[in-house]
Amino acid sequence: MLERRAVVERLLRDRGGLCVIPGLGSCTWDVAACGDHPLNFHMWGAMGGTAMIGLGLALARPDRRVLVLTGDGDMLMGLGSLATIGVKRPANFAIVVLDNRHYGETGMQASHTAAGVDLVKIAEGCRFRISYAVGDMGEIDHVRDLLHTGEGPIFVQAQIAPNDPPRVLPTHDGHAIKQRFMQALN
Amino acid sequence: MTWSETILQTLKDNDVRLVTYVPDNVLTPLLRGVTADNYFMAVGATREDEALGIAAGAWMGGIKGCVMMQTSGFAVAPNTLASLIVPFQIPAIMIISERGTLGEFNSGQALVARTMRPVLDSVAVTHHTLTDEKTLRFMVDKSIKQAVSTQAPVALILSPLLTGGNPVAEAKLKG
Repeated sequence: MLERRAVVERLLRDRGGLCVIPGLGSCTWDVAACGDHPLNFHMWGAMGGTAMIGLGLALARPDRRVLVLTGDGDMLMGLGSLATIGVKRPANFAIVVLDNRHYGETGMQASHTAAGVDLVKIAEGCRFRISYAVGDMGEIDHVRDLLHTGEGPIFVQAQIAPNDPPRVLPTHDGHAIKQRFMQALN
Repeated sequence: MTWSETILQTLKDNDVRLVTYVPDNVLTPLLRGVTADNYFMAVGATREDEALGIAAGAWMGGIKGCVMMQTSGFAVAPNTLASLIVPFQIPAIMIISERGTLGEFNSGQALVARTMRPVLDSVAVTHHTLTDEKTLRFMVDKSIKQAVSTQAPVALILSPLLTGGNPVAEAKLKG
């Protein structure tokens, strides 16, 4: 079982121009824990919509690589968005779901993936070019390489332990997050 | 020009290249125009909150976006509006075909339509109802310019007075 902070730290190592859209809650705290970066677009809401922000960005900027890093709860809320991605199939786009099979922010209730709902197969069915699960730290460097050079859309389910590391909060100011992101990107 | 041609030309004049949408009868001439024209980047979504999210991401990547939906679809979007589009100041141009009024046959549409303007008002999103071709270009053009310069979303509601309403509803009412 993977540790979420270790996975995120490894994925974002030497990230270069990678644009990162973390889903609200734990994934945002994980990315913030890796240090501040202008190409992080931290969410404070819009649960279920993280992948779509990434899609819009990937379509607008085919010259850049986009990573949506989110949880199983957010992904389950936006399953239709996987189908929308499957129509456009942007090559510069990847989703990594940190799947702890629970709603970590609301009291660790079981999510549908705990019952065996298979996000990897759903992404396959939605025409992702690559879709697979990882459960071992030794596989994370390859995932990181895919984020920078793999032909997307890419879907990776990282099977993480259901623990709750300390919160590291980015700024709450959505306008400031967006402006800084856009200045760094455009 | 028809009302739909005027809107599409005004989008182009303002460099609005992305159109995200969930299909709708009244929107058909707009969507047909968008998908037939290489100028536009057309992205169909399964839900209206998806369509708003795509427009948000594209705006950050430097492309202006318009989101097309019908009234009942708007009712899917308030969480995304209130927790992303409004506080992050994304100038999403929403074009909403107005169902539920002036000849609606579907009772669900009639009730959900009443939630639209109160929701827009509650999150302080400017909205205008487009009713006639004489003022159409002015209202669309100025609304887009204000949205972009003030970084605020705007909702343009297509009244049946402008579009003639839903052709399917017309047939059902005749029974």
